Amino acid sequence: MKIQRRTVLKGMLAASAAVAAPPFLRAQPASFKIGLLTVKTGPLAQGGNQMEQGILTFLTEKNNTLAGRKIEFISADTGGNPAGAKTKAQELIERDKVNVILGPLAAFELLAITDYVRDNATPLLSIAAAEDVTQRKANPFIIRPSATSAQCCHAMGDYAAKELKFKRAATISEDFAFGYEQMAGFQRVFEDNGGKVVKKLWPPLVTPDYTPYIAQLSNVDCVFNGFAGSNPVKFMRAYADLGVKYKIPLLAGWTAMDDALLKSLSDEAIGVISAAWYSSEANTPSNKRFVEAMQKNYLTLPGGYSAGMYVAGQCVEAAMQMLGDKADDRTALAAALHKVSLTDTPRGAVKFDSYGNVIGDVFIRRCERKGGQLVNTVIKTYPNVSQFWTYDEKAFLANPVYSRDYPPAKNLE
Amino acid sequence: MSLWLTLAVNSIALGGLLFLLSAGFSLIFGLMRIPNLMHGSFFMLGAYLGVTFLDKGVTFWLAALLSGVAMALIGSLIERFLLKRLSGQELPQVLLTLGFSFIIADLCLMIWTGDPWQPATPAELRGALQVAGLFFPIYRLAIVAVAVVVAIALWLLVDWTRLGAKIRAGVDDPPIARMVGIPVSRLFTLVFALGAGLAAFGGVVGAPYLSVYPGMDAEMLPLALIVVILGGTGSLVGAFVGSFIIGFLFNFGQAMFPDLAYVILFLPMVLVLVLRPQGLFGKVVS
Amino acid sequence: MSGRAPRLAAIGVAIVLLLTLPAWVANSYYVNVASQILLWAVAALALNVLVGYGGLVSLGHAALFGTAGYTAALLLQAGHGHFVADFAAIGFTLLVSAIFAILSLRSTGITFLMITLALGQILWGIAYRWASLTQGDNGVNVTTRPHLFGISLATADAFYYAVLAAFALAVISMAIFVNSPFGASLRGTRDQPRRMNALGYNVWLIRFLAFLFSGFWTGVAGLLFVYYNQFISPQIMALQTSAEILLMVISGGTATLLGPIAGAAIVVIMKNVASAYIERWNLVLGVIFVLIISFMPDGLIPGTTRIWRYGWQALRARIASARSVRRAGAS
Repeated sequence: MKIQRRTVLKGMLAASAAVAAPPFLRAQPASFKIGLLTVKTGPLAQGGNQMEQGILTFLTEKNNTLAGRKIEFISADTGGNPAGAKTKAQELIERDKVNVILGPLAAFELLAITDYVRDNATPLLSIAAAEDVTQRKANPFIIRPSATSAQCCHAMGDYAAKELKFKRAATISEDFAFGYEQMAGFQRVFEDNGGKVVKKLWPPLVTPDYTPYIAQLSNVDCVFNGFAGSNPVKFMRAYADLGVKYKIPLLAGWTAMDDALLKSLSDEAIGVISAAWYSSEANTPSNKRFVEAMQKNYLTLPGGYSAGMYVAGQCVEAAMQMLGDKADDRTALAAALHKVSLTDTPRGAVKFDSYGNVIGDVFIRRCERKGGQLVNTVIKTYPNVSQFWTYDEKAFLANPVYSRDYPPAKNLE
Repeated sequence: MSLWLTLAVNSIALGGLLFLLSAGFSLIFGLMRIPNLMHGSFFMLGAYLGVTFLDKGVTFWLAALLSGVAMALIGSLIERFLLKRLSGQELPQVLLTLGFSFIIADLCLMIWTGDPWQPATPAELRGALQVAGLFFPIYRLAIVAVAVVVAIALWLLVDWTRLGAKIRAGVDDPPIARMVGIPVSRLFTLVFALGAGLAAFGGVVGAPYLSVYPGMDAEMLPLALIVVILGGTGSLVGAFVGSFIIGFLFNFGQAMFPDLAYVILFLPMVLVLVLRPQGLFGKVVS
Repeated sequence: MSGRAPRLAAIGVAIVLLLTLPAWVANSYYVNVASQILLWAVAALALNVLVGYGGLVSLGHAALFGTAGYTAALLLQAGHGHFVADFAAIGFTLLVSAIFAILSLRSTGITFLMITLALGQILWGIAYRWASLTQGDNGVNVTTRPHLFGISLATADAFYYAVLAAFALAVISMAIFVNSPFGASLRGTRDQPRRMNALGYNVWLIRFLAFLFSGFWTGVAGLLFVYYNQFISPQIMALQTSAEILLMVISGGTATLLGPIAGAAIVVIMKNVASAYIERWNLVLGVIFVLIISFMPDGLIPGTTRIWRYGWQALRARIASARSVRRAGAS
């Protein structure tokens, strides 16, 4: 079963019919509306399509009914830019009057709409990673069941310094918030454990050829990359083509080595070590169902984008169950979402801190070829990782938000 | 030192690819006096078609040729049935090509989805040349070789054949060319098809290096524009030299002045347009 | 008399409808869509000064639009007040327009188009890559909308009226401009530049002033845009936006007052409303443009007017012939 946008129209017709119908026919409660802010056009469309597949897989599994309520699903394409995200958020909230929003995809889209969803009291379950939205600027309507930008990168910094014993690292990522925050998290933990980040490179989101950047990588023990969208595919190919792969091991954030990307990659990805909050190999019952359904319906191994939306769906269901017939109260729903604690999700156990950000496992994976297929084999699990890593929450929040300049890179050469 | 060397060689490789992209653009611009704003779309659509042919098991170079031929056909249809109706009206022509760029971008997204595709490098050109500890991918050098071969072929076509003579006459002075009985209209279709085909061929050749992804069209179009403006419209030599200049500006600009990379790229275009509108190698149009 | 009355009536109806729009739309979402149509209409009207009346096709206006937006957003972020930010934004946009004009007005036609395109790409490149100045892809947030005469523009309705006021001023100034001697001389430079020169007009200066006039209203539209979204990022300065504004002008009909407004409505409605029902809205938008350009090359408004007039005449002719037939039968 696939839910079409047309259902919106049908839903509107049904709603007007309901108004027109005599009262005794109106026993059925109105449907519960879930709006998805996703990207279906432009360079980020790949992740956007996976987000929709993830939530559709969940809704199909639940027969389109959560906590006894029929679900009306409305998908909106932001075009992958902040202005579009704002317009579409207005559409979902003001025209369609959705109960809850899932998405958006990109940090810069989320930053453009956080104030707006708060002012309009609509809960939003984000997959975008912008740190401050669940830190210094936390607001009661935003819940993040995926991860902050740095949540996995902290773990990667720890693993690189302690287990891989790397001393000198270079970082490379897109020149936007998600990239800054990832690299900053890695740098902080890596340097706190004796490493040095000696070079930080920022190619733009759209870079036809990475050679000018890769050519600058030398005299380091490892390179940590945080690319997103379709960029990791290009980057890793160039990294291998230029021979750097054979000299400097490559580390990656979750978007750069997402399981869904594996089908677009080849030998150039083998050996890359990545940190991610979701692994398609995770051994939970819901993950088995999820992976099987995704492979059957969409012929793809799911990655973080689709898993994140599946988990978001589970969180919405749990919160609705908590509230019973009060689920239409959006403020109560936001509060209930903060209290959700699940043991069986595709990513493992999930609970939230007081800022609305998830606490969950982070997996360190190595890319290998098994039976002809590329897989990210889990080599270490960091359990119950919070957005603050092992740092004190107060001290963490007293610092400025992670950025291009914070923490300051004192060891640049 | 190794950084500069790598960048220099890479600049030449990018230049080769840019030539494949912009040679046809230059001829179309020179002959028809319209900037074909769907040229980047031809490049992208060509690359996607190539990916599909490769999927069907066609060998790499055949896929590139097939894609070029298919695109030439599509291009000639667009020219013959839509652009031609607007002949002499620059503005509607510009807009029509712009409208098509929207359509092609969305069609590609519909058919090939948002997934990035990066076809494998042809087996015989895999690996890298190692000189003094520096890696250089053989495939990128091969792109330069292909570009040089195409450049020579185009030069022979334009300078040594009857068809070429007509094209040159058309570029130099369309009204006179029409007056002496050159079928300018058919020539337009032919050149447009050739340009579209070359762009598509370039798209496939570039795919193992740049990969194919939504938004590629918008990235390649401005590059083609700069090359042609710099070199001079309608001038193949100009397109050739311009391609390599832009290859260098692009690579060194990104590495040395990342903040101003696009200023470095587009400023020469403005300067040429303002100071020498005919481009470095263009003829002065009376 | 007979030609003017229906026209005045139509204008009157339009004014009443626009003034009461929030009341009969009654949903803030659609009020917001109306605000967007009006603010993009201001941008399209501004570009139309050059494209329609001056014959100068610019593909760099998104950069002027964005310059105003960025200047205001960055100044507001730096802690300046709305008054200072808005004035500086318009002033700086005029300055940039002057530079654009000086560089691009050395030529006309395709070369003019190319220079504006390249200049636009440079400004876009700065917004996109000079992250320490513009915050790059992350964009700039604007936390508050200004107060106007003590009324907060935070709500959809209040903001709509502010945009409507700006739109009305733009339309009035365009109408005055078109009918003024200056407008006539600009049209003269479009149609007969050499003759204008020979008659002693300073063609360059006329075009330069027209560019500034266009730049001013583009800046106003950019300012409205940044206050509407309370956010700005580099995409808005990309070639795609310049192309969209140009398509609004051309699809609606150049050198008409109504054309750019109709064009803005088509694009905004397709983008915001239709996209909820049609997944491939970019495709549909592209097809609409291709159809308009192929079958109504002078644009939607002149095209439909022609069809309307033609239809009306055909109808009258038929009625007349039917009458004469009847009369012939009677006699």
